Amino acid sequence: MNETTTQTTLERPAGKAASPAAKKTPVRLQEHIIEIISDSGEGAQKCGQSLGAIAAQMGNGIWTTEIIPAEIRPPARSVAGASGNRIRIGAGYITNGGDETDLVVAFNEQVLLGRVRAKELKPGCIILLESMWRTSDDPKIAASYLETYARVVAAGYKVYEIPMEAECRTLVSDPRRGKNMFALGMLCQLYSLDLKLAADQIVLAFGKKDQSVVDANIRLLEAGQKWAEANLDFCYSIPAVRSTEPQLVVNGNTALALGVLASGMEICAMYPITPATSASHYLSEVFENVGGIVHQAEDEIAACAFAIGASYASKCTVTITSGPGYSLKQEAIGLAVMGEIPLVVVNVQRGGPSTGQPTKMEQGDLMAAIFGSHGDAPKVVMAPGTIEECFYSIITARKIAETFNMVVVVLTDAGLATSQQPFRRPQFNDSWLAPPVDQSPVPAGARPYDWDENTGLARRFIPGQPGGMHTLTGLAHDRDSHVAYDAEINEQTLRFRSLKLAALQKTLKAPPVFGDPEGDLLVVGWGSTKGAIEEAVTTLRAEGHKVSSMHLQFLQPLPPGIKEIMQGFKQVMTIESNWSDRPEDQIIDESNRRYSSVAILLRARYLVDVDCWSEVKGQPIKPGTIRRVMLKKLNK
Amino acid sequence: MNMMSATECLLQMCDEHFELEDYQSGVPRWCTGCGDNAILAAVQRLCRDEGLRPEKTVFVSGIGCSSRFPHYMKTYGFHGIHGRALPVAEGVKMARPDLTVFVNTGDGDCCSIGAAHWIHAIRYNMNITVFLHDNQIYGLTKKQASPTSPIGTKSNTTPRGSYLEALNPLSVTLGVQNVSFVAQAVDWAPEILFDIVKAAYHHKGLSFVRIVQRCPEWLPKMLDPWLHDPNKVQLLHHENGLQVSAGMGRVYKNQLQHDPLDIDRAREIASSHETIPVGILYRNPEVPCYEDLRRPDTLRTPELTRAGFNRELDKYTVWPQDAKAKAA
Repeated sequence: MNETTTQTTLERPAGKAASPAAKKTPVRLQEHIIEIISDSGEGAQKCGQSLGAIAAQMGNGIWTTEIIPAEIRPPARSVAGASGNRIRIGAGYITNGGDETDLVVAFNEQVLLGRVRAKELKPGCIILLESMWRTSDDPKIAASYLETYARVVAAGYKVYEIPMEAECRTLVSDPRRGKNMFALGMLCQLYSLDLKLAADQIVLAFGKKDQSVVDANIRLLEAGQKWAEANLDFCYSIPAVRSTEPQLVVNGNTALALGVLASGMEICAMYPITPATSASHYLSEVFENVGGIVHQAEDEIAACAFAIGASYASKCTVTITSGPGYSLKQEAIGLAVMGEIPLVVVNVQRGGPSTGQPTKMEQGDLMAAIFGSHGDAPKVVMAPGTIEECFYSIITARKIAETFNMVVVVLTDAGLATSQQPFRRPQFNDSWLAPPVDQSPVPAGARPYDWDENTGLARRFIPGQPGGMHTLTGLAHDRDSHVAYDAEINEQTLRFRSLKLAALQKTLKAPPVFGDPEGDLLVVGWGSTKGAIEEAVTTLRAEGHKVSSMHLQFLQPLPPGIKEIMQGFKQVMTIESNWSDRPEDQIIDESNRRYSSVAILLRARYLVDVDCWSEVKGQPIKPGTIRRVMLKKLNK
Repeated sequence: MNMMSATECLLQMCDEHFELEDYQSGVPRWCTGCGDNAILAAVQRLCRDEGLRPEKTVFVSGIGCSSRFPHYMKTYGFHGIHGRALPVAEGVKMARPDLTVFVNTGDGDCCSIGAAHWIHAIRYNMNITVFLHDNQIYGLTKKQASPTSPIGTKSNTTPRGSYLEALNPLSVTLGVQNVSFVAQAVDWAPEILFDIVKAAYHHKGLSFVRIVQRCPEWLPKMLDPWLHDPNKVQLLHHENGLQVSAGMGRVYKNQLQHDPLDIDRAREIASSHETIPVGILYRNPEVPCYEDLRRPDTLRTPELTRAGFNRELDKYTVWPQDAKAKAA
């Protein structure tokens, strides 16, 4: 973590009439947030990803976030249709998407308007706007362009009109297919990035197609760079320190899939659902190379049941889904809990309830994960907080599932799923893999559920093991897996299944405190908010405030030591992206306020007055917002 | 191939010789006269005759009277949740093609709550033998109409008679792409039931056997017309299908020569209302099995995983300048 956050220093650009010949000295910045937005299918995403990759290769810290419209092909030039990428580039390590945007490349004024209305742009933000619409044959379009242009200029944004279409047309017949690389060239010039690395990215992206495609894109890239050099009177440089270790640049869903690959699990059963599916897309592409199978089942329930069947008969299996799919799996998860079948369930959370906001970030499924299914169904719930943790959490989840014969739920979210952040390239370790399936004869007299009195653990018998024959059942059952008609046995087995969680809890370490172990305010978070919370804490500490944070990776069981940590602070609050009632609402008071999920958990378990603040806007919570919330809490 | 001495062969045979008791577990708690008992007897006989290793055999079921079946087998069993026996069994088979997998499911389990899985199980055509215990009523929950209840069936949820025509499991199954084996038996003709169970077991692919069975508790008289008049049961026989013994031939005189490869004729026979067709309606050994299409040829070794994993990481790695130079 970069201990000092530095304010972005922005040299005011000299305006539109640039003196092209003048050699510009790049303005040094500590960090910048850049957006490239277009209609769907115009390649802004590709441009943004490439920009992030180039900056990462230069040695900059990056965090990229996809801007995704809900529809595959939203109407062209629509406010809600903005598609693209947001890249935060920094001199140091970057842990989150940051605050508002510093510079935008917009392919039309409508998608730009969408970002303005969403309040995603910093006051005075630089806008590079495609100018072709100004002279559109359609008077409505031209009028709309002029109106928006006037409005954003009046609002104080620095707008540069760029004839991207016209410039690209001198090189290719269909600029729609190449404008993104022209934009990339411009950005390379504006941020003093190595054009050679950009060309490498093009080869990587289009290498499978023919050479002429690669060549055309490189020409567009160079044209963009030259145009910006000749016509824009500003440029920046963000100091970079090349890493001495190889770094992996992937998004959260790819990291999850790589985790599946590395964990030794061999089957992933899934059903398509946003935003989880891209993890399965990637797995489908590569899993078979290492002997794995992705089974696309007929529905979510079947995917879960298939995974349970495979786990029961072989190694632990994984099923990947998002909120609504998770609800459908709940009954089957109860079966896995009852039968003590190891199972990893990944829930890439999205906005809910119901169809909600399928492409948006939210942390709304924690309670469903911990308390879901029916009856008392103890399961392990983990939440990675970084892209790197997305990878390692799957390996850990598989191990816990098989050691304790439990269901392990891994909660990520749409924010992590589509964000990229470099992390140290993992060194493959044989101990990550699942052991071979036990097919040894079961000793005479051994019983299929021979629960340990203290820990509730029992060895599992796998089909194929001579002497281990029994019928696994979702009914209450005794040590022989015989149906328990006796209430005593039912209660005993509830105890054993619950003890396993306690046994796991004994192996966990107290979560680390970010900042000093004592102070005025402790913020508790979980999942994808980690980077933003820690950045806010860092800023506030630099400003002299006694604040710290604690990020929970295990939500069930909660690790030991949490109460002691909380006792070191005058106030404790959680910051989460799930609903909590607003205390300022007239009819909300202590007797009816619904708290955010982790706040409820902490209050219930530790009898400590834990406050909460939450935001459910479908976007990652910004570090600046968290800073303001914490300041307000401190000043109360 | 390993050559075994005659003694070794004999020893092995002794080892692998199983009695009926080797497959029997507990005392079934089904009602006296319940068709499930007949199915259990036929399946235990099959296991013994085929010498199925108990530890390599898995019976998967859902919920309902029929789904208690695995508890009465001394093999591995999986008594899961309502309607989901098929996807569980598919997971077992995909992970472990070396296991022999059977599914026991009822008309509520298969044709109602699990109907989606039924359609897709036919399509996957995994090498699993499925027994549909069809007593045309929900038994365990005490007499509610099921999708296969004949129209007018009085039950606790249809006290004035059920409203809809019964769903026909045979014609539904025969309508699904990739169907490879469909047969029908009745619980009261155990010899034929056994022959059909055996043929189903030997078919590679998803063998779907609907067994029309009596529920003495909730619909005690419903099948009486067919029991009392053997001519209302039509035996399907063919040199490639069921062969009718002399004894059976004397009881069941209504017989039809039917080639199990003829799917059009199978669909016609399946639609029959008057008689219950018994025999193999359709069998096509050429339909590929999903597990064969999906299982990788490569052995899953740690080395393979390591190499594949590192190959993937290479695609997304940003190398430090010197390492890149070294690699080059």
